[in-house]
Amino acid sequence: MAMYNDKVMEHFMNPHNAGTMENPDAVGSYGSPVCGDMMEISLKIEDNVIVDAKFKTFGCGSAIASSSVATEMIKGKTLEAALELTNKNFIDELGGLPGPKIHCSVLAEQAVKKAIYDYASKNGLELEGLKGFDPNAEEDDHHHQVEEE
Amino acid sequence: MRQVYLDYSATTPVKKEVLDEMLPYFTEKFGNPSSLYGIGLNAKSDLSQARAKVAKLIGADEREIYFTSCGTEADNWAVIGTARAKKSKGNHIITSKIEHHALLHTCEYLEKEGFKVTYLDVDEKGRISLEELENAITDETILISIMFVNNEIGTIQPIKEIGEIAKKHKIWFHTDAVQALGNVPIDVRELGIDMMSMSAHKIYGPKGVGALYVKKGVVIPSFMNGGAQENKRRAGTENMAGIIGFAKAAELAGENLELHRKKISELRDYFAKELTTRLEDVDINGDMEHRHPGNINLTFNYAEGEALLLYMDARGIAASTGSACSSASFTPSHVLRAIGLPLEKVYSSIRFTIGDFTTKEDVDYAIEEIVKIVEKLRGFSAFNKERTW
Repeated sequence: MAMYNDKVMEHFMNPHNAGTMENPDAVGSYGSPVCGDMMEISLKIEDNVIVDAKFKTFGCGSAIASSSVATEMIKGKTLEAALELTNKNFIDELGGLPGPKIHCSVLAEQAVKKAIYDYASKNGLELEGLKGFDPNAEEDDHHHQVEEE
Repeated sequence: MRQVYLDYSATTPVKKEVLDEMLPYFTEKFGNPSSLYGIGLNAKSDLSQARAKVAKLIGADEREIYFTSCGTEADNWAVIGTARAKKSKGNHIITSKIEHHALLHTCEYLEKEGFKVTYLDVDEKGRISLEELENAITDETILISIMFVNNEIGTIQPIKEIGEIAKKHKIWFHTDAVQALGNVPIDVRELGIDMMSMSAHKIYGPKGVGALYVKKGVVIPSFMNGGAQENKRRAGTENMAGIIGFAKAAELAGENLELHRKKISELRDYFAKELTTRLEDVDINGDMEHRHPGNINLTFNYAEGEALLLYMDARGIAASTGSACSSASFTPSHVLRAIGLPLEKVYSSIRFTIGDFTTKEDVDYAIEEIVKIVEKLRGFSAFNKERTW
């Protein structure tokens, strides 16, 4: 009886886009010691399109698999289109995550948003999808939010 | 693929000799020891011999051994039994912060009833301070319960000294010896132990059977009410096959104790030395001087515990983590927190326990695989030497 489904295991054992990127255009990291996961997502952006994405993650199987699908799904998307992706899209792509592991996918969503926020701030971009986004929001807030759902 | 089991503190396989002795008790020797005819009387006699074998392993008298369903039941019975027996004397219990949940949750249960519990701190190696223990004692103290060997980091407590302090203050001393039994020499008289919890499945016996040693003169009320089994102190028809298995496992453990200790500690030391020299930034948690001979607890900094375990599992290696994201509770190991490990190290810590069936080849295979796994996970970790939380 495995903890994760085959798709999650595949992304966890052989993650896509894992590692470092030379001269990224944007970097976003997200996580906290309380939950025990930390993700860093680096992006290459051309004409407001994400042309490459890499991740570095300290975390459990769900965190690594979420990082893998998140970076895979944002590649080739415009910044606005990438901002529309939520953790639910990542979970769907993974074919589901165990209940207690859902929050790990929220981290991936937040790390992507932080990376795009980083790019937008550096380049004076106003993006619809970043309205109301607080890059300094405590990770724990999301953690609790997910647990209450 | 090779299967390497390095989690003997979680449970052990039943030895062939043990199983062979157990099997007839499911079929032809099925008698109830309370029955007054042939097969019942035979069962009663076999039960008595089994009790004597368990008693011998710990230097007790056979009449001081009470079989239970598991180590957890023994812990519950000792602590709650003492609370009930000594209620008129006081309501204070002293234990430690690194006890098994069987003990901690029992204490929390009693706290809800109004009992006061002192949870002693431990040092960075996981040992309690005898001075703090003595200072914690009040006129109300009715029980000191300190585990013999910790299940996560393998630290052995100064049991004899604790026994002396308990005796001096006329307080009962209980110890959870589930991880100690069969791994460290135990003589309950010499160590001044009043009650001691044991379990069969940690010493190559079956699951579903444990025992509580209760020193002659120490009287606690029954935990299970019913028939007159176990000298009227633990009702319920005896788990004969389980008890026979426990006794055989105890007999073997006694005969092999020194050889077992030597063999597994050598493999353990080799395993730990190889991993700590071949990989950078691997810490050993606990106390190498006072330690379970088969236990090693390692922090693989910058690599996360669940990821490590699942990668190891994919390579046939079984170990465990007491941490974090591995369960629905998100609770990091209370033991590693108590020895002062910061959360990020707790999340990167793995317990390995070597046992009687572990071979040098197993350990060599595990070392090779673990080195590769740790390097891979560190390769895409958000953390490294320069960057942590």
